[in-house]
Amino acid sequence: MGRGWRVIELENVAYSYGGGELLSDISLRLAPGSFHFLTGPSGAGKTTFLKLCYLELAPTSGRVQLFDKPATGFSRNEVARARRRIGVVHQDCHFLDHLPLAENIALPLTVAGRNVAEEKGNIEELLRWVGLEKHTDALPPSLSGGERQRAALARAVVMSPDIVLADEPTGNVDWEMGQRLLQLLVELNKMGKTIVIATHDLNLIRTAKSKVAARVLRIAKRRLQLAGADL
Amino acid sequence: MSGIGGKVAGVLSALKVRTGKALALLQGDGQADRVVPPTGFTANLTLFTAGAMAFLAVFALALSLATGRVASRWSEELARSATLRISAPMEQREAQAAKALEVLESTPGVASARRLSDDEQRDLLAPWLGVDLPMEDLPVPVLIEVVEGEGLDVAGLKARLAGEVPGAVYDDHSRWREPLIRAASRLRLLGWVALGLIAASTAAMITLAAGSALAANARVIATLRLVGATDTYIARAFVRRFTQRALLGAAVGTSLAMLALALLPRAETTGGFLTGLGFTGAGWLLPLIVPMLAAITAFWATRASAFRTLRQVT
Repeated sequence: MGRGWRVIELENVAYSYGGGELLSDISLRLAPGSFHFLTGPSGAGKTTFLKLCYLELAPTSGRVQLFDKPATGFSRNEVARARRRIGVVHQDCHFLDHLPLAENIALPLTVAGRNVAEEKGNIEELLRWVGLEKHTDALPPSLSGGERQRAALARAVVMSPDIVLADEPTGNVDWEMGQRLLQLLVELNKMGKTIVIATHDLNLIRTAKSKVAARVLRIAKRRLQLAGADL
Repeated sequence: MSGIGGKVAGVLSALKVRTGKALALLQGDGQADRVVPPTGFTANLTLFTAGAMAFLAVFALALSLATGRVASRWSEELARSATLRISAPMEQREAQAAKALEVLESTPGVASARRLSDDEQRDLLAPWLGVDLPMEDLPVPVLIEVVEGEGLDVAGLKARLAGEVPGAVYDDHSRWREPLIRAASRLRLLGWVALGLIAASTAAMITLAAGSALAANARVIATLRLVGATDTYIARAFVRRFTQRALLGAAVGTSLAMLALALLPRAETTGGFLTGLGFTGAGWLLPLIVPMLAAITAFWATRASAFRTLRQVT
């Protein structure tokens, strides 16, 4: 994918909640097609880091660039358009509880004004891919934690985004399903997508490294470090 | 020519686009509408309030138009006529009446002057004094009905009459016409103020209802933003709903109010003011703008409210 540009670039980014600084002086460039794990103790700021990447939070200082454009000056519509190119698997997956699963997974297409009926085949395939084909008409509250996480992954990739950010995507699923989700993310990466997975599951990272050239980022003491090659 | 033709075509196509958008808004976009969960109870409240407001608005409109009609009728009829009253001792009455008619007929600007006959005067007095009135025995003043034409110098006429017919009093009805017309136009103003208040209350009510719907759906809105929905898309889902509800409610309220006005008992002969409440002829088309105004009000109130809420979501 020898493109010269960066899909996400952070430059001296700091973020502080009311109390004190959570992240400081973070600089990072994510090239297209790269695969990164993000680790660190709970509360270190993994979720905050991801939120900075998909523009839910604005940095207290420093610059965030998305797709080679400074995101700090994005209008609300530009933020919306950028998010269509970023698939996010949230830790606490938010769904529209009154809509059946298939419609929830198609939601990014719906809000982008795409014809969902035309994509029906893709959505069915996607549901099979995450093993939820039997739950097409189920309402999200009736799904288990693991099922919700798989559904969140399906929704994150339905727009075929350039970047997939996943926050503890295997937190609620068993080992086997975790492996399957990882396999899905690896496949997406092979299709050229940039993947960032926040996790503290070291086994998951080890398995991934045997399949893909993954790099590990660690957040510790408010800083982001590139972890050693071996784990 | 082609320039004008082009302009007209441009305006027409712009209108077409706008109408298309308005129609699309009313028809709704099934897929987009579903992203906001249905709300039964508040929807009914909005429908009901829009209906009640439209009902009141139609009555306020009818009141304004009716008082306007009454005021213009009074001022037109009364402005063109005057009465000359001659109160003189019995023996001078005939002479003064003849003199007065002579003066009136020779005054430019008097279209006609006619002495009321004894029978006519008896008819006028009958409601108060009974039918068997011995007119010839009573010192009833002579009444002359004057119809004013163009260019009548009322002050000059009064001065001449004062000199030549000492018992004559010229009354152009302004003494009781003016307060009546003042009252009518004040009533009409009150009608318009009531309409304005109704429109403002409708906007306030829809802002509150939309605000509560937006607050209840805060999570839905946040989720939609995260999957890449624009503010306009989210706002439209709410705006469409409230516009439709206001339009439907107001249409029902307007229809009921028009029906109620059409069924008001009539008493045309006495020309009473209250029985004149209602619309005449093409005026019946006027209340049809009430549902439109309700829909437009709902559109802007919900839109403003939605964008205000959305600014707090990243």
